Amino acid sequence: MSKPRVAIFDFACCEGCQLQIVNLEEEILDLIGAVDVVEWREGMSEQSDQYDIAIIEGSITRPEDESRLKKIRDKAKALIAIGACATTGGVNKLKNNFDLEEVKRCVYGDAASMPHLATGPTKAVDEVVKVDYKVHGCPMDRGEFTYVVRCLLMGKDPVIADYPVCVECKKKENVCRYEFDEICLGPIIRAGCGARCPSAGFRCFGCRGYIDNPNVEAAREVMDRYGLTVEDLKQKMVLFGSKQEPTL
Amino acid sequence: MSKNIDINVHHITRVEGHGNIHVNVTNGTIEKCEWQVPEAPRFFEAMVRGRRWDDIQTIVSRICGICSITHSLAATKAVEDALGVEVSEQADKLRILMHYSEQLQSHVLHVGYLVAPDLFRAPSVVPLVSKATEAVKTIIRVHRVANRWSDLLAGRTTHPTTLIPGGLTQIPKAQQLRELQETLKATVADLITICEVVLSVADKFPAFERETEYVSLKLDNPPTYTFYHGDITSTDCNGEGPVPIQQWESVANEYVHPQSTAKWTKWHRDSYAVGALARFNNNAELLSPLGKKVADMFGLKKGNCNPFMNSVAQLAETAHVVETSIQLIDDLLTKGLKDEKVKVTPRAGRGSGCVEAPRGILFHTYEFDKDGNCVAANICIPTNQNHANIQKDFEKFVPEFMDRGQDELRLGLEMLVRSYDPCISCSTHMLNVEFVK
Repeated sequence: MSKPRVAIFDFACCEGCQLQIVNLEEEILDLIGAVDVVEWREGMSEQSDQYDIAIIEGSITRPEDESRLKKIRDKAKALIAIGACATTGGVNKLKNNFDLEEVKRCVYGDAASMPHLATGPTKAVDEVVKVDYKVHGCPMDRGEFTYVVRCLLMGKDPVIADYPVCVECKKKENVCRYEFDEICLGPIIRAGCGARCPSAGFRCFGCRGYIDNPNVEAAREVMDRYGLTVEDLKQKMVLFGSKQEPTL
Repeated sequence: MSKNIDINVHHITRVEGHGNIHVNVTNGTIEKCEWQVPEAPRFFEAMVRGRRWDDIQTIVSRICGICSITHSLAATKAVEDALGVEVSEQADKLRILMHYSEQLQSHVLHVGYLVAPDLFRAPSVVPLVSKATEAVKTIIRVHRVANRWSDLLAGRTTHPTTLIPGGLTQIPKAQQLRELQETLKATVADLITICEVVLSVADKFPAFERETEYVSLKLDNPPTYTFYHGDITSTDCNGEGPVPIQQWESVANEYVHPQSTAKWTKWHRDSYAVGALARFNNNAELLSPLGKKVADMFGLKKGNCNPFMNSVAQLAETAHVVETSIQLIDDLLTKGLKDEKVKVTPRAGRGSGCVEAPRGILFHTYEFDKDGNCVAANICIPTNQNHANIQKDFEKFVPEFMDRGQDELRLGLEMLVRSYDPCISCSTHMLNVEFVK
């Protein structure tokens, strides 16, 4: 049986998730052994229109990007969205909190009306096409990426955490970030990162997106206990969760 | 000699972000010669408005995955400048150590994975895995060292979790720094191997020169080959004092080119270059002994204006940052590491932060209201500053190399773009009106 053909494509993003593939270091040689990487613009000059698996990084912000993505979807048997920009829209969705014309003027001044600067609201990949697998995070975790790819190759459904970061944080016996007067999104954000940020002394800012049914009452209780308001919490939720937050 | 050339590179490969090359020669006359950038803009300067002072570096780190530590450092320094926050000597040194890890990571990635395939006439590093297995494994090994080094200091390799205005959220243990130091000592031999591999194919770098203004940081007190502190200087300054970083807008002079909508930059002349070669041309005498040794291996001397030598200057810098870090760890351990509390009180103010990204000088400026909410931002990234210079290089390179035929010219132009180590998705302003479809 021939090896599955994999193509990697990037849209609006920092390309940090592609970097995580490079950062597999020696393991990338195993990946190249298991699949044929036929297109990866950032790393290779080889290109191909024929692939089985499309890996999509970045969020979708322009009509021409939507049509490019749809063409990719048509060709691929499976599509994996990698990183917060692709899975939720990520930090790029901050833009959607503003009037888009005003955003353009803010950055481009008088040139803002030029047609090539047209921008639409930021969308996650699954707001444009069907996504088969998601690798969350900003950047995505490279171990989780290889796990999802392995599952796909073996025809198994990957098990992705649907409980909050607090669960993993507690297991690590970290002192709660609220004890340091910080607003942490751990109670409502999808685990799977090993509570990496709180473990490094930094509050969770929500890069993996919300769990499917966030316990907003528990989040309210935490805010009450520490003398904070829901508005304080929302201030932090917009970073990676603009226009998709659960109603508090 | 080829009379007709039509080069149309849509989304050049092996660079970070999206760029196009469009060259048209008819009957020996150059009709078009353009470097174009159709990257989807992301509007970071608009997006940070309304966000609190302690969220800025978390947001703008996402401008670039490859130089996320640099963006976080520039933003953190700018916030500290605006809010009048002092940073301890220990935190300062740990940040510099963190910053060096990214220089190594990015330079090895660029020279090893993105540039080397051109020198071996391979489309990517993938075919080299079987052709030059040991060399590729050495590059991977050094890249891994750099990433583990970032992990230790920044919390992870991409998008740091330990940087906050005022200091760091956590510091490494003495034992971890000692282990890092041992690893770095052992990495020196691998670095020399990589340099020797590149040297063996260095004749593939085109012999091309163009008199250029080079802009970088400069630090006189103490004299340092600096990536983190200092003021702005250029090879055109001719002894004039360096410009304080708060005045970077008077250096970058961002403008819209009459033939395009791209915001370009210029200082003393039509364009300038930033990056490893710029740092080298301003500060070469301050490189560490090992950095100088690598430059000497390639015969790289101050005043070089061959843009392809940027990759060689990067190699010299990899040696420099590794050697300097070995010393820096000694300094830190001698003084003893201590946990430090960080306390920041918001206030109204405007501040700037400037650091050297692996690919050149980077400027961030933010303004805050009395509660510490951001009201305005301006960011100028290195690739933005190199854009006009790439175009000027194209205009000299095409007539000089067009008699080598379409394929060689195309390769030469792609190599020229790659030599600048562009990071196009960083581009917060840079755009060009014409698209190649």
